[in-house]
Amino acid sequence: MLFFSYFKELVGKEVIVELKNDLAISGVLHSVDQYLNIKLENTRVVDQDRYPHMMSVRNCFIRGSVVRYVQLPPDGVDIDILHDATRREARGV
Amino acid sequence: MSTGPGLESLVDQTISVITNDGRNIVGILKGFDQATNVILDESHERVYSTKVEQDATAPISRVELWKAGDKIKTGEYINKEAAELTSKIEGVQQLVLGLYIIRGDNISVVGELDEELDANLDLSKLRAHPLKPVIH
Repeated sequence: MLFFSYFKELVGKEVIVELKNDLAISGVLHSVDQYLNIKLENTRVVDQDRYPHMMSVRNCFIRGSVVRYVQLPPDGVDIDILHDATRREARGV
Repeated sequence: MSTGPGLESLVDQTISVITNDGRNIVGILKGFDQATNVILDESHERVYSTKVEQDATAPISRVELWKAGDKIKTGEYINKEAAELTSKIEGVQQLVLGLYIIRGDNISVVGELDEELDANLDLSKLRAHPLKPVIH
C-alpha cells in the first residue's frame, strides 16, 4: 500500500512512464489505483517519430503490469518522509 | 476502491489499445472489468508500415495487399512473414475485426482517441518502427 499512497501524492505532477516494451509516455499524472494502473493526461510519446501509434491520444490508461519505470520530478520526492514510511513499513507498524 | 483510474469515463468512446505483442486495435469501448478485460465494438486493427525508404522494395499491388490483409487477419502469416510484408506496404492498413474481446493480461495501454486529431492524421503516409513485445 505504501507505493499506492506514494503515487497518490504525485497526482497532478508531470511524469514519464517507461513501459516494458520500451515505449516511454510523458504526461500529467491523473490517477492511480491499487494495481498501480496509471492514468495520464496530456500525453506524448517520448520518441514519437519512431512510435507514432499514439499520435491522436491525449489521455491514456496504462496497465500497472507493463510499467518498468516512472520518472518523477525532483521536487515530487520528499526523501525524509519516504525513508520514514519505508522504515515503518519494514517494521510492520 | 472505486475511485482511481477505471475505464468508466471511456465507455462508448473510441479507444486505441496497444497490446503486449505490439498490435494497435481501435474500437468503441463497450465494457471492461477489474482485470482490464475489454469489449470493443466496431473495432479494427491498424497495421503500420515499417517500410524504411520509398522505393526500397518493390511496390505491392492492391490485390496482393487485400489478400495479405486477409492472411494477417486469419493469422496465416507467422511474425517474420508479416514483418516482411508490412515493410512493403505503405501507410497504415486497417483490418476490420468487428466485435472483439481483449483479455486484460494482454493489454499495455488504453488510450482515448481524440477524433479531431485522428481525422487530421494522414494514415496513408505514416510509418512506424514495430512496437516491441512486452517482456515481464
